Amino acid sequence: MEEEKKVQTEQEPCDRICLEMDGVSRNEEFARVVTAVFMSRMNPTLEEMDDVKTAVSEAVTNAIIHGYGRQRGVVYIEAVISGQELTVVIRDKGVGIRNLEKAMEPMYTSDVTGERSGMGFSFMEAFMDELEVESQPGEGTTVRMKKRIGG
Amino acid sequence: MNQNTFTYEARGHVLVIHLPKELDHHNCRNLRYETDLLLSENYVSRIVFDFSKTEFMDSSGIGVLLNRYKQMAGSGGSVALYGAGSQVHRILNVGGLSRLVPCFDIEKTALAR
Repeated sequence: MEEEKKVQTEQEPCDRICLEMDGVSRNEEFARVVTAVFMSRMNPTLEEMDDVKTAVSEAVTNAIIHGYGRQRGVVYIEAVISGQELTVVIRDKGVGIRNLEKAMEPMYTSDVTGERSGMGFSFMEAFMDELEVESQPGEGTTVRMKKRIGG
Repeated sequence: MNQNTFTYEARGHVLVIHLPKELDHHNCRNLRYETDLLLSENYVSRIVFDFSKTEFMDSSGIGVLLNRYKQMAGSGGSVALYGAGSQVHRILNVGGLSRLVPCFDIEKTALAR
């Protein structure tokens, strides 16, 4: 019995945080800083930390601008460390994405002000190792990203 | 000086925009309105972005730069930037901006045409 327990703790340590915050733009910085502080226990390089901060910033900004738009809503952030792998999940219960394929095309944006570059998903893809997006019109969007830290 | 707002400085026909510490969607909200106002009231032939205080930028910053670039290119003007750190450089490269907007180390060289 003792033996078994020991083996378990020596296996990949698992760490998790969950954050619920109002989907307002002033929380964008908070979201990426919290994630960066959480992942700092993995001893990432500065570059790895910047990559994750950028990806989180993109996903949270999408949730706020496109998911909720003028509505108020909650953005859910979950981050899990499993061994050398960091998983970040960002979820909103906003309008969802009707055409996911189109939304993920580089430079595509539904924004009409001309101020948005349409590079959000491309940046998440570029700075993380894995990106998965699930969306249901009227239900919301979930972005799941993974990155291996240190190798 | 508030670290989260833009400050604008006129140097002849050059408009220098000093950028905040964090250049994200939240901090970019007023930039379009403010620069449009400045451009409509003043003759500006070059916009120079000062990144020397900026530690973080995401694709919102790319959107802002790209828009200013198009605006200036349309009127025969130019855009440049200086003082970008390593994170900003990576974003500029991935966003394809470094091909459009010349990057300088210091203000003096960015101001010169």
